[in-house]
Amino acid sequence: MAHEQFFIDPFNVFLVTLTAFVGFTTSLFSRPYMRVEVARGRLTPGRLRLFHSMYQLFMATMLTALTTNNLGLLWVMMEAATLSTVLLVTLYRTPAALEAGWKYFILCGVGIAQALFGTILLYFAAEKVLGAAGVSALLWTHLDAVKDELEPVVLGLAFVFLLVGYGTKAGLAPLHNWLPDAHAEGPTPISAVLSGLLLNVAIYAVVRCKVLVEGSLHSPLPSRMLMGFGLLSVVLAAFFLWRQRDIKRLFAYSSIEHMGIIAFAFGMGGAVANFAALLHMTVHSLTKSAIFFAVGHAAQKTGTQIMERIRGLITTSPTVGWGLMLGSLAILGLPPFGVFASEFLILTTAMREQPWATPILLAGLGVAFAAIFGRVQPMVFGETTAKRLPHPPALLPVFVHLALVLMLGLFIPPWLAEWYRAAAHLIGGQ
Amino acid sequence: MNAVTALEWFTQVLEVITALAAAPLLFGWVNQCRAWLQNRSAPSLLQPYRSIRKLFHKDAVLATNASPLFRIAPYVIFGTMAAAAAVIPSVGTHLPFTPVADGIALVGLLATARVFQALAAMDVGTAFGTLGARREMMIGFLAEPALLMVIFVASLLSASTALPAIAEQLASQAVGIYPSLAFTAVAFTMVLLAENARIPVDNPATHLELTMIHEAMLLEYSARHLALLEWAATLKLFNYTCIGFALFAPWGTAHSETPQALLAALPIFGLKLLVAGGGIALVETLSAKLRVFRAPEFLATAFLFAVLGLLVRLLLGA
Amino acid sequence: MTALPLDLQILNALAALLLLVSFAMLSQRRIVTLVSLLALQGALLCAATLLLAWRTGENHLYLSAALTLALKVIFLPWLLYRLIRRLGVYWDTEPLLNISGTMLVGLLIVVFAFGLAQPIAALASTAMRSAIGIAVAVVLLAFLTMITRRKAMSQVVGFLSMENGLFFGAMSATYGMPMIVELGVALDVLVAMLVLGVFFFQIREQFDSLDLHHLEALKEED
Repeated sequence: MAHEQFFIDPFNVFLVTLTAFVGFTTSLFSRPYMRVEVARGRLTPGRLRLFHSMYQLFMATMLTALTTNNLGLLWVMMEAATLSTVLLVTLYRTPAALEAGWKYFILCGVGIAQALFGTILLYFAAEKVLGAAGVSALLWTHLDAVKDELEPVVLGLAFVFLLVGYGTKAGLAPLHNWLPDAHAEGPTPISAVLSGLLLNVAIYAVVRCKVLVEGSLHSPLPSRMLMGFGLLSVVLAAFFLWRQRDIKRLFAYSSIEHMGIIAFAFGMGGAVANFAALLHMTVHSLTKSAIFFAVGHAAQKTGTQIMERIRGLITTSPTVGWGLMLGSLAILGLPPFGVFASEFLILTTAMREQPWATPILLAGLGVAFAAIFGRVQPMVFGETTAKRLPHPPALLPVFVHLALVLMLGLFIPPWLAEWYRAAAHLIGGQ
Repeated sequence: MNAVTALEWFTQVLEVITALAAAPLLFGWVNQCRAWLQNRSAPSLLQPYRSIRKLFHKDAVLATNASPLFRIAPYVIFGTMAAAAAVIPSVGTHLPFTPVADGIALVGLLATARVFQALAAMDVGTAFGTLGARREMMIGFLAEPALLMVIFVASLLSASTALPAIAEQLASQAVGIYPSLAFTAVAFTMVLLAENARIPVDNPATHLELTMIHEAMLLEYSARHLALLEWAATLKLFNYTCIGFALFAPWGTAHSETPQALLAALPIFGLKLLVAGGGIALVETLSAKLRVFRAPEFLATAFLFAVLGLLVRLLLGA
Repeated sequence: MTALPLDLQILNALAALLLLVSFAMLSQRRIVTLVSLLALQGALLCAATLLLAWRTGENHLYLSAALTLALKVIFLPWLLYRLIRRLGVYWDTEPLLNISGTMLVGLLIVVFAFGLAQPIAALASTAMRSAIGIAVAVVLLAFLTMITRRKAMSQVVGFLSMENGLFFGAMSATYGMPMIVELGVALDVLVAMLVLGVFFFQIREQFDSLDLHHLEALKEED
């Protein structure tokens, strides 16, 4: 059944497209960016080679993880994605980078080991139904066809482990510790793809498993767990946002918050919430990577990641300033950007289906808004003595991403909406 | 159960006397093996008897502030050990006293002796006595749970905490690999070493005050009191060894009360003692004396082994 | 009480020994010994896999036994020994506080693991279903080992031990995962070790030690 090992369905097709697109723009961004890093002596040419090769490997693991039908292979690829990025996080070899890399490796390694146990349990349950041939028992399409017959006790247990495992990877609180460090200490292109792509893939894995488990359990338990982890992440991240001084850490926590929103939306389930969650995955990925591009340039120009020392970007480098400002406004959910559309859908669904959660979500979003906006505003418009830079940096990717997000806020192409709708249906949005 | 006959009484009395007589021999045997293993010229097998006899011939000296407790303690301790020797099914499981040999009761009996020993050691009020007593109580407090756990594991097999029942059940069950029993045997050996003041917890051959436990408690005793205490110490080792046989190596023990069966069991019993003594000597030679504050770790390990045995037993049924 | 067949008895004994090795790891202070214990764990795993392969006649189990032997008994311990020697941490010990307390926690974890595995074992049809509890216990004990350690090397050993436990779990619940997954997992472990090897040298170059207390600077500021 070799031909069944890989598949494309409405759920993964848009993620594959998104991953390939953001991967492409990030590599466009990283070539000049990393050259400057080498010129500044932060990197050696050897490490630059390591960066580019590992980057490609990382993209390959993510694309394989997305397209594989085999849940075991999905695990293998998620682990490989961790491994290929560990040395990228430690690329600068500073003490902080090494610590971040170590945390990343150990926490994600342990987390993902839980996911392996969950996968074993899944296989164990599947083997009973699909036979011990062992070939088809981990194929998602086969599992999906027989999910009603899978043993609920085992699947419930498996889901706990899978959620903890892939949830660690997705940065869901309280397993998010590695995420801000890895984002802040790694090179900026890596922060962009970690936030924009890897977290998506981890959420994707959780949702794939949730579909199976829910089909077997017929109880709202998996949904509730997802909602709980999601809300916790939103609230925790919102409050941690206030305490950040490092700009990359700030946006790393913002990623945790958005992963929380997505997890919450998938937890609610239903056609609209799933649709909104998928849309949110897309726009968050585009916006967050754009922000990291801008942040990277801002940090490179000023030579620091501490927000208090970055001031007046609008005078020193208007493109970076505008990129950062627009990106921040987009990620904060201001209309007419796409993030507003998805968050609006999620909030209205929450009001209808989980009214108790709405105030918590709103409070989280409000706190995050105040925290991020309050910091970004002086960075962009604050007083500065620095002179205007002679050459504006090439920030094409930033504006392409932001334009796409803007477009998704105003108009979703029918084919894309059809993908979302079909995927939402596939994940249980009856 | 039919009435206990005179013959049975006779064999029972004989058994106790054998135990009393054989205990110093086992002690001497362990010391001899140890000397061989350590390339020393070995003391005579009969050395324990000689020293006990010598002590009995001496005049007792008591501290002026010694209370009556100090004087009774040796008799109580010796009596307890002798009683334990009487009930433990060493040669046969059907002697008149053996039905009393409940594992938990036995642990309690041995604890009584310990309490008296510690009280007597503190009685005179010397620093060493108190130090020894405190250390002894610490070790006892840690060793007892481990020993109880060992007995529980063994009793899971036979659904009874009575030693004879455990021994008979074990002797009759199919030969196989029982990881739970292996674990508990290790735990028991560790408890045995700790309880009998052997290396690695205590060194019976030294009077170095920083490390000694058992000897520190005997420092104020002399003559017949000391003789009884030393004899009781050998009996304690003998008793523990016999408990070990009942729990882990009950083969060859007589299951009827006829003198023939008992006589047939005697050589096997002797052989087991020889092997056990050699084993103890070997363990002692291979291990180094632990510092006193490491002793709790040692006993915690024993407890761990016993509990692991229990868990493995419950999970795997093996 | 009917006696189990001999091969099952041996499998049970191997499972019990695996549990014991996990506890030994928990209490071991010397890092080199920790690696030896890891190799021993791999060897036990390999023996169990072989025996199971022989018992069930499943050919792919022979393959995974060979894989275990090559990777977990020979290659990884060799790599770790080499690293230890190259990094000059041969005599390193870990100041473990309160081993007895850790052991007690470990025992509680075993009880918890056995309880957790109960429903799974009840549904399993393999010969070794009762060993699932032990596999879960090995995983959780490895986790505990990682939590209580401050040296990078011992955390890695704990990580590998966790992987061993998972492998054992897969074996006792379902006679192993599909071959492609098993190969993938083995590859991941291998790559992880190579990455770590590089990583260790980076850490050492930066801090002159593999002590993780150097790696505690990144905290949330107040």
